Amino acid sequence: MEAFASISHIILALPFLMFIFLGLCGNKLFKSNPNVAGWIGTAGLSVVAIVSYYIAIQYFWFEGKGSDSYQQFVLFNYEWLKMTDNLVISIGFMLDPISAMMLVVISTVSLMVHIYSLGYMHGEEGFQRYYAVLSLFTFAMMGLVVATNIFQMYIFWELVGVSSFLLISFYFIKPSAVAAAKKAFIVTRFADMFFLVGILILSYYTNTFDFLKLTAVSDGHATLVNNTMCGMTFMGLSVTSIAMFLIFLGGAGKSAMFPFHIWLPDAMEGPTPASALIHAATMVVAGVFLVARMFPVYFFEAHDVLTIIGYIGAFTSLFAAIIACTQTDIKRVLAFSTISQIAYMFVALAVSGYASEHEECLGYTASMWHLFTHAMFKACLFLGAGCIIHAVHSNEMNAMGNLRKFMPIAHITFLVSCLAIAGILPFSGFFSKDEILVAAFEHDKVLYACQAFVAGLTAFYMFRLYFRIFWYSENPAHEHHTPHEAPMNMNIPLIVLSVFTCFTWLDKVFPFFPEKITADRVGYELETNWTIAIASILVAVVGIAIAWVLYKVKNDKPDMIAGKVKCLYISASHRFYIDEIYLFITRKIIFGGICVAIAWFDRHIIDGFMNLLAWISRELSYDIRDVQSGNVQQYAMGFLLGVLAIALFAIYY
Amino acid sequence: MIPVEAYLVVSTLLFFIGVYGFFVRKNLIGILMAVELILNAVNINFVVFNRFLYPDHLEGYMYSLFVIVVAAAETAIAISIIINVYRKLSNIRVDSINELKN
Amino acid sequence: MAENLTSIDFAGLFTADNIVFCLLSAVILVCGFMSVASTKILRAATYLFFTLFAVAGLYLTLNYEFIAAVQLSVYAGGILVLLIFAIMLVKNLGTDTETTSYVNKTIAGIAALAGAVFAFITMSKYRFISNEEANDASEMIDMEMIGQTLMGTDKYQYLLAFEAVSILLLACIVGSIVVATKSKED
Repeated sequence: MEAFASISHIILALPFLMFIFLGLCGNKLFKSNPNVAGWIGTAGLSVVAIVSYYIAIQYFWFEGKGSDSYQQFVLFNYEWLKMTDNLVISIGFMLDPISAMMLVVISTVSLMVHIYSLGYMHGEEGFQRYYAVLSLFTFAMMGLVVATNIFQMYIFWELVGVSSFLLISFYFIKPSAVAAAKKAFIVTRFADMFFLVGILILSYYTNTFDFLKLTAVSDGHATLVNNTMCGMTFMGLSVTSIAMFLIFLGGAGKSAMFPFHIWLPDAMEGPTPASALIHAATMVVAGVFLVARMFPVYFFEAHDVLTIIGYIGAFTSLFAAIIACTQTDIKRVLAFSTISQIAYMFVALAVSGYASEHEECLGYTASMWHLFTHAMFKACLFLGAGCIIHAVHSNEMNAMGNLRKFMPIAHITFLVSCLAIAGILPFSGFFSKDEILVAAFEHDKVLYACQAFVAGLTAFYMFRLYFRIFWYSENPAHEHHTPHEAPMNMNIPLIVLSVFTCFTWLDKVFPFFPEKITADRVGYELETNWTIAIASILVAVVGIAIAWVLYKVKNDKPDMIAGKVKCLYISASHRFYIDEIYLFITRKIIFGGICVAIAWFDRHIIDGFMNLLAWISRELSYDIRDVQSGNVQQYAMGFLLGVLAIALFAIYY
Repeated sequence: MIPVEAYLVVSTLLFFIGVYGFFVRKNLIGILMAVELILNAVNINFVVFNRFLYPDHLEGYMYSLFVIVVAAAETAIAISIIINVYRKLSNIRVDSINELKN
Repeated sequence: MAENLTSIDFAGLFTADNIVFCLLSAVILVCGFMSVASTKILRAATYLFFTLFAVAGLYLTLNYEFIAAVQLSVYAGGILVLLIFAIMLVKNLGTDTETTSYVNKTIAGIAALAGAVFAFITMSKYRFISNEEANDASEMIDMEMIGQTLMGTDKYQYLLAFEAVSILLLACIVGSIVVATKSKED
């Protein structure tokens, strides 16, 4: 493990140094040739990726295997802030199956995005800044997944929020980008406030931040939490449940669960590769990762919260999938698809058991596995969408159509990813989604029905997207401006990611992760439940077939159907007016009602008191300012009288 | 033989005449002269107490000697300042230098 | 008290010592007052000269010849000449008169008077050493003793103070030259 411990520093240190270097010196050093900054960033990230792969491979195949389960290693753990004996904040590096898997996900997607951006962002103003922030994000995300304690996680959690903010507002001269960045930051910060309160409650009782201590399990209990918090209630609710629910709310904010989902569609204002990295593949799954990291506590001590998470997840996935069917901006469709898929992962966690025996923890495995596959195919979809936007200079579907002739590589990779997300057999999405459905079926039939329906919807809207972009009708605009294939440095990441997307049909040959990532870290043999698999494939095929009928060539059926369910269609295309509800609550109720009263109080009582103080001191100063006349004789008079007074006092008192 | 009190009365009156002068004079040189009166009054006290209390030593004597010397130095400095003020303001009225700046 | 009054030897009051002292005191106080009250500044300087001269006389009545000489040469001879030069340099003689309001004069007078009254009350409360108890005050002081006191390093000798004052004087000479020199911009 010593070799690990020393090289694992690179994973955190290198992106951070890269950020400092590119952020401080990038504009100065590479003024004439900004591409060098991109190449340096990419090279640095390649090193990080190689180290991450090395550590993951070493962990899964050699070092990690304990006698009966995978071990949890703390590679290093530096005491960073020591407030009191109990309140110590450390920065460390923990290696266990899920963090090792996340290392692979983050470094792969981040490297692909770095390479892709060399082409996509070429010639943009602030190219160096873009790469600096990408490095910051990679650093923060790595720090988040390897956190040894919940407070370190929180710190890096906020750092990914900051880098998300910086990337969304990359085109900060566009008012919509600025508004989107603020929205994303405020909504996630609002949720993070609950996260912090949850952390404080939890650590107040348990006296520790350490994940190893918090998640230690024995005799069917998360020992520490059970010992310190069992039986405590607050307003009729178990304190453990409250704390864990608050922590989940933080995760819900980052992972855009209903009702905190409103920021993610707007976050698409950022550069497309950044959306691929942050708002599709890595940062938004931080909430899932958080729940997975704390899973023993959720499962044993706050199972009611886990049930709530399941229903919130199911609702969100359905809700987002319906909205995705009606959007016309291709990045928005992908954003709502992301929300829906992340909700899938939450559902999977909620229906999971703990022990690996009898495949009880199938949901946990499936959730993490879906996280992995989703990161790959959704990043591929986003990068493909980036290529398309690059070619037609618009986000709107109406500006596209029949692009398959112009962009074969984008077409093929996009199709592969669409098939994967729809859950068609040979591709990665099929396996991970199928395991989720199996777990849901065994645990809760309602959730299963809901998720199966969502799977069909997913297939439908993804193929609606696909047909609208690559088939549909000839677009007259293309006669003036022929779309062209993207440059190689943009296509290579697409190909690599789509190969990753095909990965799992190799899984018997090249056993990568799934059976090794379990809640209790005991590996097992995964069996495919073919009944449910065939059912879900059928559902997906039906979805694809409907999309084929409606969007293969231009016709009036979609409008007709939209007219039939006008009410649903319009409200879905307006995202069910959630943003308007938020605006109503914030503008009308909070700003218009409560804040007016507070502002009045502030202006008249607080300011009034301050003004009174200022007025008193001003009047006093006016009264006594004649003392400082600058007239030396007046001073001498004061001096004489003072001397007389002192002498009187000294002699006669 | 003149009693000590007589000298003290003279020096006290001279001192307060100097103080009065310091207050009422508008002319910087006039103020300087008032200060000289005050210093003289103090000198008289030093010398008188020396003579009556410790005729064997010369403490008060030396002190008044030094006061005279310091007064000379002070006058030289004061007059050079007054000349500078005159150059700047074309007058040496004490109330015209109440700016407390420049 | 009555007994004391009757026993006063009125003829004894008019000794040469007393007459000289009274004359000197009168000159000091009257000329001192005139020097602060005179509206013309050159006249004030002249009155100041008489005051300084009379103070030198007072030192002589105490048999302190050396300090009287210093008073004359430094004060009357040096400082006063310096003052008169300054007056000549900066003033249009005779046209610029003092203009202090009566209110100011009254306030200043009251303050000075209050100080004087306070000093007199304090003096009257304490008994000072009488002439009989005092050591012989008529003894002359020879220059050798003054020289040794000024230059010695023993107890009651003042070489250090002397040196400090000489440095101070030097600094004042340099300083006054620097301050009074016209700068090139002027």
